Amino acid sequence: MSALLIRDLRLAFRAGGGFGLGLGFFLILAVLVPLGVGPDQSTLGLIAPGILWVGALLACLLSLDRLFALDFEDGSLDLLATSPIPMEGVVAIKALAHWLTTCLPLALAAPLLGVLLNLPITAYAALLLSLLIGTPALSMIGAFGAALTVGLKRGGLLLSLLVLPLYVPTLVFGAQSVTRAAQGLDITTPLALLAGITAGSLALLPFAAAFALRINLR
Amino acid sequence: MDLRVTDLAVARGGIPLLEGVSFTLNAGEALVLRGPNGCGKTTLLRAIAGLQPALQGQITCPPDQIAYAAHADGIKATLTVAENLQFWAAIHGHRGIDAALQSLNLADLADRPAQTLSAGQKRRLGLARLLVTKRWLWVLDEPTVSLDTASVTLFAEVIRTHLATGGAALIATHIDLGLSEAARLDLTPYKAQMPADLGFDDLGFDGAFL
Repeated sequence: MSALLIRDLRLAFRAGGGFGLGLGFFLILAVLVPLGVGPDQSTLGLIAPGILWVGALLACLLSLDRLFALDFEDGSLDLLATSPIPMEGVVAIKALAHWLTTCLPLALAAPLLGVLLNLPITAYAALLLSLLIGTPALSMIGAFGAALTVGLKRGGLLLSLLVLPLYVPTLVFGAQSVTRAAQGLDITTPLALLAGITAGSLALLPFAAAFALRINLR
Repeated sequence: MDLRVTDLAVARGGIPLLEGVSFTLNAGEALVLRGPNGCGKTTLLRAIAGLQPALQGQITCPPDQIAYAAHADGIKATLTVAENLQFWAAIHGHRGIDAALQSLNLADLADRPAQTLSAGQKRRLGLARLLVTKRWLWVLDEPTVSLDTASVTLFAEVIRTHLATGGAALIATHIDLGLSEAARLDLTPYKAQMPADLGFDDLGFDGAFL
């Protein structure tokens, strides 16, 4: 299975692999929001947690439709389905590769972009922690959506419509933990709920996504 | 080791294509499937490879002993020839791709990115993948598309070597591979006669995904 992970990472970093697409989008969003909202520092500090979490979520969504579609088009998915690796493993590994190439850079860049949005000093640790805990759920839920829509031409719109409602709990608890940290409140509860969503997604969705993929390959 | 197919019926998109297909393929044998376009060759091969369920009938060979090669070769354009092949070897738990590269005359191209290959060279790379899977039954769907005559001869030789070492090959093709020892099966007599709606009933809720 490590061969699949290495191949996916290698493909992401080679020309045209799409690495940096989500990061670039996130950067542009964080630079543009202060220009659009205006220079009032208290307003910016107030909306910063929500903007950063929404931005990370949308950036994560950008590269999802490529997750299985490229392998489907060039026939790799058929060949992986006949390989000794279980389809559940293929889904989990591809979601992990998506997290490493898209979500992990977002989480690491978010504290830097927090400075642009005047995020209160108490909230930086919570921002990084909540993104690290919450984004694996975004990758895994996204992999499920990508598996459902893999055979469709231009399935990106349907994928977004399917996935966005499932992203809501992650967004609510993620942004809430940063907001509470900014106000100096305890963040244990939202972080625990966030971790619960991630653990549940990682445990259940590889099976659902593998089932959807097998049906779409028929 | 053998592949026994008994009374197999397959459908594509809910429409039954073939029924009553039966044949046996023993180790060391090759079987060439013939039939006009759209008669169900690809669907039959996908069913045997375990990629789609059959409407009825039995297939004795489990999918994990089958190496399947179809129209799409599963080649990544930005990886080199060697990287592509090493990936498929590693997926199947093997190392060493030199023999496969040599067999299909790809050794000189090993360090070239796959996107710079011609269509025929890509096809040869796709066929080299069969060798690194080390599986005994090859299920090949139009393996000679875009190959020149020299490469077809080369590939026929690769199949012959595979048969000689206890392998078997099930091949759907329109051209003559030059495998005189291969048995032939014309699929035309097996055209499905059953009512078209039976396919949908059998697929159940999966029909929603079609």
